[in-house]
Amino acid sequence: MDIGNILLLALGEFLTPTTAAYGLAALGLAVHFGYSGLLNFGQAGFMAIGAYGFAISTLQFKVPFIVGLLIAVVAASLFALLLGVPTLRLRADYLAIVTIAAAEIVRYIVTTNTLFRITGSADGLSSFQREFDTFNPFPAGTYIFGWSNRDFYVRVISWAVVILSAVIVWLLMRSPWGRVLKGIREDENAVRSLGKNVYSYKMQALVIGGILGALAGLLFTIPRGSVQPANYATDLTFFLWTVLLLGGMSTVLGPIVGAMIFWAVLSLTQNLLSGLIESGAVTFISTVQAGQLRFILVGVALMLLMVYRPQGVFGNKKELAFA
Amino acid sequence: MQSTPRGPSKRGSTGIRKVTGAIFAVLLAVLMIAAPAAQATTPSPSPSPSPTTFQNNISGFLRDDARTPIPGVRIKATGNGFEGTATSSANGQWSIGVPVQGTYKVELDTSTLPQGIKLAEGQENPRNVTFSQTSNLSVIFAFGKGIVVQQQDLGQSILNRLVAGISFGLLLALASVGLSLIFGTTGLTNFAHGEMVTLGALALFAFNAWGVPFWLAVILALTGGAAFGYVQDLALWRPLRRRGMALVPMMIVSIGLALAVRYAYQFFFGGATQQLPGAQVTDVQIGPISVSPNTLWSLLISAVVIAAVGIVLLRTRLGKATRAVADNPALAAASGIDVDRVIRIVWVVGGLLAALGGVLWAYYRPGVTWDMGSQILLAIFAGVTLGGLGTVFGALIGSLVVGIFIELTSLVLPPDLKYVGALVVMIVVLLFRPQGILGRRERVG
Repeated sequence: MDIGNILLLALGEFLTPTTAAYGLAALGLAVHFGYSGLLNFGQAGFMAIGAYGFAISTLQFKVPFIVGLLIAVVAASLFALLLGVPTLRLRADYLAIVTIAAAEIVRYIVTTNTLFRITGSADGLSSFQREFDTFNPFPAGTYIFGWSNRDFYVRVISWAVVILSAVIVWLLMRSPWGRVLKGIREDENAVRSLGKNVYSYKMQALVIGGILGALAGLLFTIPRGSVQPANYATDLTFFLWTVLLLGGMSTVLGPIVGAMIFWAVLSLTQNLLSGLIESGAVTFISTVQAGQLRFILVGVALMLLMVYRPQGVFGNKKELAFA
Repeated sequence: MQSTPRGPSKRGSTGIRKVTGAIFAVLLAVLMIAAPAAQATTPSPSPSPSPTTFQNNISGFLRDDARTPIPGVRIKATGNGFEGTATSSANGQWSIGVPVQGTYKVELDTSTLPQGIKLAEGQENPRNVTFSQTSNLSVIFAFGKGIVVQQQDLGQSILNRLVAGISFGLLLALASVGLSLIFGTTGLTNFAHGEMVTLGALALFAFNAWGVPFWLAVILALTGGAAFGYVQDLALWRPLRRRGMALVPMMIVSIGLALAVRYAYQFFFGGATQQLPGAQVTDVQIGPISVSPNTLWSLLISAVVIAAVGIVLLRTRLGKATRAVADNPALAAASGIDVDRVIRIVWVVGGLLAALGGVLWAYYRPGVTWDMGSQILLAIFAGVTLGGLGTVFGALIGSLVVGIFIELTSLVLPPDLKYVGALVVMIVVLLFRPQGILGRRERVG
């Protein structure tokens, strides 16, 4: 077992496009829950809409990259409107149930065999990233950390998107608009009595967080060049919540750092466990079970975080969306 | 957001230690109950051996439309100057190692399919598949019922689906009554309820595999479900209520619990589908209705149990107390009802009913898997929401509607979309009658 290599692998997780995607999707959840108090349990659905919106329009309708991107964003906005209209006037747990149901509906629809020709069913879709790859400005060769020019390119783009979104969210939340949102989170009726249209503010927050989710779906799929429906189950949403609560829900940096910690810890435990199993130090579990053990730990971590440090690593206890 | 902390007293480090201990105690309890399953099953599915091991694999699972594995089917992959074959194993898995990534022609030998099963319409065979940057390429073959002996007329299939739907709806109701009672008395939306459903089936399978006689195994499994509910409340939820934790954080704690418990099940049970004794039976013909006897038994058992729960709720002191707590905990406490005791009983009964629902669900599908409860969690939620959050009889009616609706829509929708209809209906109902069928308006918003 090579401890140095295991640590390097864990550090490498900090910058992968998947980490960026988790960070961005959790940032969307921060806009929803941390800043506006909206319980979105369907972020996986938003990611799926983004990923499939792009993949289907690219493969089926041969649209250029930028149009595919726009379609993904518009589709996610429409999805947010569709969810928001019936539920934003109701109590918070209704939004939770409706969003989780809607995300599952999306997953069932992209999984069904009936739509095999469009969605590829459970196999998913692939090879929709070709045009994206042609934009690669970096010449072939080996870059830092031994990345190929494509590795380097997808990382640069992914993190550029994440940083840009983080700056936008930060600016939004310190604007008057953001203060109204936080006000809604603290006391909806107080804000309403000031003459603000609470419903409309909530809807805007839902759409913005949903768009971040859709972009995260793109960061999740374009680098790997394929999209499979099994990746967008409710577990993904729950992992994103863990990431969000790990970092701090009412912060901009929190979700991003949360994603880095999440993936580094997952990689560390996986490699340590399989190292121990291979070296014969641990004999009572198999490598497959080691993978499941990590997710048991994720669940326990989520419970412990919620009980002992609901504000996360960076958060401020006064800024919790729940008291 | 409205959150009403229920226990005003904040306790310091004792509370904290209690909760940590609690979380592990709950997990430990789950592990102990799930442990027998580990010995009973082979933990990981073993793919059929391919002659040489290559880095790249074309693989898949063969399952029929009821998701039962189809073993012993030959599949051939040719391409890039290579030819490989595989036979699906007992759990339906097959895998062919190939030397290079690229495009392959995959052909399923239809003559090796068991009788009564054929490829679903529109399934290309042979078909060309291409690797996309990953070393594993999964190929899905969808199956349908093969030779249908006689064409059923529409009225008859509606009748069949209706009976199946009532049976399914009642088993959903078993789980949702517990969920609804817990929501009503504590305000918790319990996302770990699906795992309580799974526990019943897993425990029954484990005890049975251990050689415990069937009826004893059933009783033990149900006791396990009740114990799980009791331990959860005692060790986790009650300390959290005492700390004055708000409802949304509690909901998120329940998600964490659901994840931990579900993967703990998979850790011990593995990913395979197992069958309970007597799960695979042929349909019987009763008048115009053709139905599996298990479905009928399930219908009967759940109807009796639910009627009993209803009578207890309406006629006994305990039931009255429960309804009072659900209505207004503070007022109930003021009038001398021991709220904590009522909540504890609700958790025990909820766990028991969920476990029974899980056993019946394992016969209805049929099959036992580690995630079977979370598969119907949303259908349970749909039933509870449809009937009105927190109303017990609403949950019952809502679940019946959802069960019947899911089965009836399967006449028009493809089987892999059958849950979609129910979820859509739930969202639409929220649009027009957010308080649900039996809910009261002031509960909402």
